[in-house]
Amino acid sequence: MSARPLALSSRIPPGLAHAGLLWPSLGVILVFMVAPIAIMLTYSFLVPGAYGGVEWTFSTAAYEQILFERDFLDDSLTFTPDYLIIVARSLAQATIATLLCLVISVPTAYYIATRSDRVKNIWLFLITIPYWVNLLIRTIALLFVLRDDGPINSALVDLGVIGQPLALSYNGFAISLGLIYSFLPFMVLPLYSAFERFDFRLLEAAYDLYASRRVAFFRIVLPVMRPGLIAGSLLVFIPSVGSYLAPDILGGGKTLMIGNLIGTQFQAARNWPFGAALSMILLTITLIVLVWLARRAAQQQQTN
Amino acid sequence: MPTARLRDLRVFPGFSLLSVGCVVFLYAPIVVLAIYSFNDGRSVTRWAGFSFRWYQTVFANQNIQAAAINSVVIAVIAATVATVFALGAAIATVNGKKGGGEGAYVVLTFPLMVPEIVTAVASLVFFVAVGISLGFATILIAHIVFCIPFAYLPIKARLESMDATLPSAAADLYASPAKAFLRITLPLLLPGLVSGWLLAFIISLDDFIITALVAGPGATTLPLHIYGMLRLGMTPEVNAISTLMLAASTVLVLISGLLGQAGRKH
Amino acid sequence: MKKPAIFAALFASTLSAPAFAAGDLFIYTWGEYTPPEMVEKFEKTYGVKVHIDTYDSMETMLAKLKSGAGGYDIIVPGHDTMTILIGEKLLEPINVSAMPNYQHVDEMWRDVFWDKGRVYSAPWAWGSTGLAVDRDIVKGDDTSLKILFEPDDAVKGKINMLRDVNDVINMALRYLGKPRCNDNPEDLKAVLDLLSTQKQFVKSYNSETKELLVSGEAAVSMSWNGYAMRARDERPSIEYIYPKEGYTGWMDNVAVPKGAPDLENAKLWINFVMDPENAAMITNYARYANGIKGSEAFVDKALAGAPELSPPENAPAPEFLTACTPAVTKLYDRVWTKLLR
Repeated sequence: MSARPLALSSRIPPGLAHAGLLWPSLGVILVFMVAPIAIMLTYSFLVPGAYGGVEWTFSTAAYEQILFERDFLDDSLTFTPDYLIIVARSLAQATIATLLCLVISVPTAYYIATRSDRVKNIWLFLITIPYWVNLLIRTIALLFVLRDDGPINSALVDLGVIGQPLALSYNGFAISLGLIYSFLPFMVLPLYSAFERFDFRLLEAAYDLYASRRVAFFRIVLPVMRPGLIAGSLLVFIPSVGSYLAPDILGGGKTLMIGNLIGTQFQAARNWPFGAALSMILLTITLIVLVWLARRAAQQQQTN
Repeated sequence: MPTARLRDLRVFPGFSLLSVGCVVFLYAPIVVLAIYSFNDGRSVTRWAGFSFRWYQTVFANQNIQAAAINSVVIAVIAATVATVFALGAAIATVNGKKGGGEGAYVVLTFPLMVPEIVTAVASLVFFVAVGISLGFATILIAHIVFCIPFAYLPIKARLESMDATLPSAAADLYASPAKAFLRITLPLLLPGLVSGWLLAFIISLDDFIITALVAGPGATTLPLHIYGMLRLGMTPEVNAISTLMLAASTVLVLISGLLGQAGRKH
Repeated sequence: MKKPAIFAALFASTLSAPAFAAGDLFIYTWGEYTPPEMVEKFEKTYGVKVHIDTYDSMETMLAKLKSGAGGYDIIVPGHDTMTILIGEKLLEPINVSAMPNYQHVDEMWRDVFWDKGRVYSAPWAWGSTGLAVDRDIVKGDDTSLKILFEPDDAVKGKINMLRDVNDVINMALRYLGKPRCNDNPEDLKAVLDLLSTQKQFVKSYNSETKELLVSGEAAVSMSWNGYAMRARDERPSIEYIYPKEGYTGWMDNVAVPKGAPDLENAKLWINFVMDPENAAMITNYARYANGIKGSEAFVDKALAGAPELSPPENAPAPEFLTACTPAVTKLYDRVWTKLLR
């Protein structure tokens, strides 16, 4: 793998070309994203305003609140697992959703990549057209399909396969399904585009060497898909952790995930500093996952 | 004979079934949605007969049409700008320096990592503090920012899995770097670019909370309109506008497909 | 950044029939809450171009106003949000009580606690948050919250609660006979216990009550009266109950945010909505009661007699609650988190 930077023109020095390519994106994000988040970070060390907003008094109460609460009755600080449970649940749900997405998307992306050119594009657009419908509507529509008297249950009951409707809605299962449904193309498309150039002669060579289908897939095909796997996983895992529609609508609002929790702090709960503090924690967790994945990707590049 | 064998070898059992299953899963709720857009009653769960009334309502409703058009226009612009920026960034970070690369990677994926409500409130505070008045421009800026990671990651993945010796080979054959880029790299990158653009487009079209807080008077998008409607309960009007969006996207895809066919013939 | 709006308005004005010489009016309100015919009538009468933007919640509107982002002429806050807005000095004092159409405002909505002397706002619509039950499943004519908190077997698993901290906690407080805006830790512990025990019988915490009732997924649901009426349209066995332990009332008011760009047009609009014929349009469209005397003459006959809009004689008066103090809000949030974690 060549490490020589791509030069766009022999007249522009590579360093400048490099900067010119990179800095529009970096600049836009630094100014319009990092700066606002720095404001948020500041807010997390302030005191909530009476009806939203903040008051400019320094305090670490927001961070304290994540782990400790003042007891209802005697005002002592006691450890509370409430928020940790919510964070843990969100991470678990997101992980399950990402893994299931992987299981569904890898074969699908492979299949699409092995179609003829014309059919490929049809598949791609088939996969993305439903996403022109707003996420809220799609989520509600999914709920309607899963409901006790929705088409699935009605059909199964009418056919006599089951006696009582299956509990497909208002629970963790529905939330996972909802997350997968929300983010499937975010896994399929990167996988597909990373994989599309796969040289199938490698596969043929593997079979010539008497490799079984399974070995061929896991040892030859999958490693080539790796950059797509990482991109797709990030694009599914991270939004899933912060998701608020799926637990709200599909989970029946019976459990809180961190997306709901943070959202509430900026709305009904009127506690912006706490919301900011929670976001900083969430950000740190995702940063760690991100950097870990990026390092692993880099290592793979080097060994290839 | 080798080609026949090759075709056979590329097939893995169950993959086609899974892919079809995938599409069925994706479309089942959409089909239900479309069916209920023709519901005579006001419910989205109880069928009361066939009727076009909700489509009539949508066509009479200027606000919802304007909102839908706004959403698409903003999504197209944001996705395109984000993809162009992301392309540059992907090229620069994939084959670039080691150390700065990781930092750039973090910044480029940063918008992905922040919960939407936080970005929304933070952007609102920021825009007001800096004195940028809210309107279409602020929506566009906010959308471009969060679209960049969605465009960047697929393009980068594509770039990484490409044969990196091709540009070197082109250089050896005395092609200028610009030509090498345009003639070789860019076409090879195309699936990645298309993926990135599509994802950015979807994410922009869907955005609600960030748009809600940074939009100015007179600048409304479809999600804003729909969420506002829910206060009085969801009616099949929402189904109707969604089905129309689906129809619009299908038509666009067909048109671009036909244009692509025509292009290929030459 | 006003430019796009101005260009858009200019362009639009060249397209539409009447010439909008008198400027614009930017309304920020709930979606589908402003009757189109009302907008048309206003535009024709005064030559003002009306633009409507929508928010999904009071919080979004509040965040925007507090941040200082202006541009809106009219907002429609709920009564408890009015207290906050007036306290934070975010409204223009326009002396609604001095306007010509003020004479039509019903006495009970004149000197309200959230806007004494009606300096800042006019009534738009009001409603209640009670209980909607399917009488096919919940027989009898009980109007107690017992249906909700100590459900019969037929109802277990088919209960829906609103996804609103205050509404849910208030219902629980009423059932327990405790005061609202409660900062007593003992009382709140009791509330948490009650809600936690109830949770196993609850299907969902969802504010889309109409669909749940119509589809039969919920036999009993906390509900706004408007939703219950719409549910009854589709499923006649749905009855809206005014719980004897008490229920929440709310009123949406029309007000003018501070620094509104088209102040005079805003005042015209506020006066306009207090006219009985116009107020009736609100009721006919949004199907909530308005606060204007004499509008009954113009309201659809079917709506006029609806039980959801007029409580029966023996029902208690609705409680119009004020926004609680931040300390109470924090405690309520804690209860909510513990309930749903």
